[in-house]
Formats: sequence, structure tokens, C-alpha cells
Amino acid sequence: MIEVRELTVRHGAAVALDRVDLTVAAGEMVALIGPNGAGKSTLADTLAGILRPAAGTVAVRGRLGYVPEGRQMFPDLTVDDNLRLGGWAIRNRTTAPVYDILPRLDPLRRRRAGSLSGGEQQMVAVGRALMARPEVLVVDELSLGLAPLVVADLARHLRELNTDGLAVLLVEQNARLALDLCGRGYVLEAGRVVATGTAADLAADPRVADAYLGAAR
Amino acid sequence: MSDLLQYLITGLGGGCAFALVGSGMVVIHRVTRVVNFAQGSFAVLAALTTSTLLATGLPHGVAELLAVAVGAGAGLLVGLVAIGKPGTPPGASLIITLGLAVAAYAVEVLIWGDQPRSFAGVPGAVELAGARFQAHYLLIIGATVAVFVTLAILFARTDVGRALSACASNPYAAKVVGINVTRMGLLSFAVGGALGGLAGVLVTPIQLVTFDYDVTLIVGGFAAAILGGLVRPALTLAGGLLLGVAQALVAGYGNAAYQLEVALVLMLAAMIWQAARQPAAQREVA
Repeated sequence: MIEVRELTVRHGAAVALDRVDLTVAAGEMVALIGPNGAGKSTLADTLAGILRPAAGTVAVRGRLGYVPEGRQMFPDLTVDDNLRLGGWAIRNRTTAPVYDILPRLDPLRRRRAGSLSGGEQQMVAVGRALMARPEVLVVDELSLGLAPLVVADLARHLRELNTDGLAVLLVEQNARLALDLCGRGYVLEAGRVVATGTAADLAADPRVADAYLGAAR
Repeated sequence: MSDLLQYLITGLGGGCAFALVGSGMVVIHRVTRVVNFAQGSFAVLAALTTSTLLATGLPHGVAELLAVAVGAGAGLLVGLVAIGKPGTPPGASLIITLGLAVAAYAVEVLIWGDQPRSFAGVPGAVELAGARFQAHYLLIIGATVAVFVTLAILFARTDVGRALSACASNPYAAKVVGINVTRMGLLSFAVGGALGGLAGVLVTPIQLVTFDYDVTLIVGGFAAAILGGLVRPALTLAGGLLLGVAQALVAGYGNAAYQLEVALVLMLAAMIWQAARQPAAQREVA
């Protein structure tokens, strides 16, 4: 679904991504982990078409839904209006399927998105991305700033969506969460992929374990 | 009593023009964060265009509609120059609109000269509770009410309105969902141009218009828009009407020479009020 080859992205003179290769196959759930400033969100923005590559290729087969870092609500609009705008590109205004998938949003549909809790906003962000009827979903920092119980609930939804056939690229600082959820992963540091493999292999890699999973692992 | 009623109605008519100019500024600012100082030029351009079209024999209604379309086109053109290049800061765009407003003087003087122009509006007069006023004022008030109802429906009930609001509140998220933010900004400039054009077309039958009449309109329109925090059309309408009535009362009971000062004082008061409210608003967000 996603095939990135030799991707280089620059922010002015600074190289944010340096010859990155990454793939996500149909039905797969792939993790992209790394420290703050590694270029993870730059890669996500590039996949979503918001940033342009300086070199290399990005091929996305099928529709891509994007949950950006920080939820990025339209705070003055209602939950329902936020969802409807998620379908803007494909002129999809039917929100009912999203409320079926994320029933906790149903009682909130008339609330201003800016008045919701962080977890509720993250759910709206996921729902808004689903309005694009995606075949692959890029989720940037699902867990950022959220309570563990809320993260667990969101992760459950993500796993269900993946089980139903949606390919997912999970961009996360929380490596433990990402490697628990995904079958395969990439480690990005300073704009370069420094490790890749199955989630089990990455979790067993001492360098990854020390840097991202804590000493206990 | 009849004098007061007459001042109120003529004031409401004049205030509608300020409200329409101000609403154009609000529509553009809501979407692009740009304060468009060329807004008064759209009104003058449409007014002068109407006078020419009527002189060529076009009937009323058609000439005015075409002139409003010219205002929309001018708005689009100003938008292309001011925000066409992605990443232009709103402050730079503001200066561009100011420059274009001054440049418009040269074009208008070249085409229409520097003599004031007017044309006939709705004929006849209306008498109400002893007050007598031109029937055209009713058209101005009715058209303004219709415009503001339409704007309210546009922003609250249509997907295009939601997309326009989305661009203003979170341009990055708007891009994420596939909204072309620059195109929406240009649309807002076109709508702003049409609103300015409508103000010019409506006001010219009761007010001689020259190439530099935009200053009067922009001061009044900006004062009205400031009252609405440059984002709320309903408060802009209230501000425009308040200003129009205040100016009419000053002209009627005092000296018409102080009308501009009334607008400036109202604008200053609105700015102080907005600034005083700001900390409270920030506390609410926190």
C-alpha cells in the first residue's frame, strides 16, 4: 500500500529525511519508532502529501487516511462537522459508519471539538481520517499526552480496524505500544532508518531495547 | 420625534453600507487572517461600473448585478496578488492590499475621472410616523438583512462554509483533510469583493461616489468589523448599524463634519473593549 524509496525531505537547508526506504503491505500494521526530532512526523506529512520530497519516491496505492500529531481539531466546529470535513476530498458526508465504528463519539456529535478531552479528540481525529474511506491509515503519535486507559481503548479500535483489513502505519514515540500492536517496524534516528524487522526482532535487539523500551526489557 | 425616526432610518441605511464592507473584511479575515484594506475599493469600483453600465442603456438590476460581479472579480484579483503565493504572511498581504487600494485610485481616475457620480435608486419616498425618507433606504436595509442571513447559513449550514471556517481555525488540519487552503482564501476574497461591490451599488443612489470614497467606507467598515473581532458577521452588522445611526444623529443634531470622527472614536472604543476582553478569553481557553 505504501512504498517509499530513497526518500529525502529537506526543511530549508536541513535534511529531515535522508534516503529512507519503507513499505507497508495490504492488511499490515507497521510501526515507525524513534526519538523526538528523528523525522517521523516529516515522513507522515510527506506520505499525506503535505510535504514534498526533495528526492526519492513515495507511492501510495489506494486512499490514505491521516491522523496527524496533536489531533489537529477544528476547535470551533462540532464533532459531526469535523467528521464531515474528513470526507471533503472524496465528497463523503455520511458520518453514520464512523459512529458505528467509534460509538463513543455518538453522544458527542453536537459538542464543539475544542471542548473535548484529549482522548475524545484523538478519537475524532481517527474518525475524521476514516471518513476518507482509507485503505491505509497513517497514525502519528496515537498515545501522545493521553492516559494509559484511553490509549488502550484507542489501540483496541486500531487493532479492530486492522483486523477488518485496513493497513496501518503507526508512528509512535511509545515504542512499547507500537511494537506490541504491530507485526513489523522501523527505527528512525536523525532522518535515517537505523533498524528494521519484525516487532519481536526489534524488541529483542539490545540497542532498540536500551534506547526505547527501558532497561527492564 | 419624526426627525429622530428619520435620522434612525437614514442612519440604518448608511450603517448597512458599513456593515456590508465590514462583513467582506470579516469573511476574508476569517479564512485568511488577512485584513483587506482594499475592501472599500470594491465598493467604489462597483459603483462607478454601475454608473457606466446604466449610461450605456443596461436596465437597473442587470447593471447592478454585473457591477457586483466586477467587485467579486476585483476581489479575486486582489486575493491572487495578496495570498496567491503560499506562505505569504498575513502582515505582508495586508500591506499588499493597501498598495492595491492606492493603485486602484489611478485606474479609477483614468477610467472615470475625479468627478463624483451617482445614479437613481428605488424611486419615490416613504412616510412613516411623520418621518419622510427615500424608498431606496428600504432596499438597502432589506438587501443587507438578506446578505447577513445568507452569510449565517453559508458558515453554519453548508460544507463550503465549514471548509472556509476550517481554513481559518486550523489551516494545517484543513490541508490534512484535502481542503485547498489557498483556493478557499481566494474564494473568500471573491465573496468579500462581491459584498464590497454590493455596498457600493446600494449606497450610490443616496451618496455621491468619487474614486476616494473608499476611505469613508473602509473606516466605517473596519470599525464595524473590529466590533465583531474581525470574525463575527452578526456583531459586524450591529457595529455597522450603530455607527451609521450615530453618524446620522451627529449630522442631524450636531455637525455633519464630525461623522468621520464618530467612526474613529467608535473604532477606538471597540479596540479597547476587545483588548479588555482578551485576557478573560485566554483564561477561558486555559
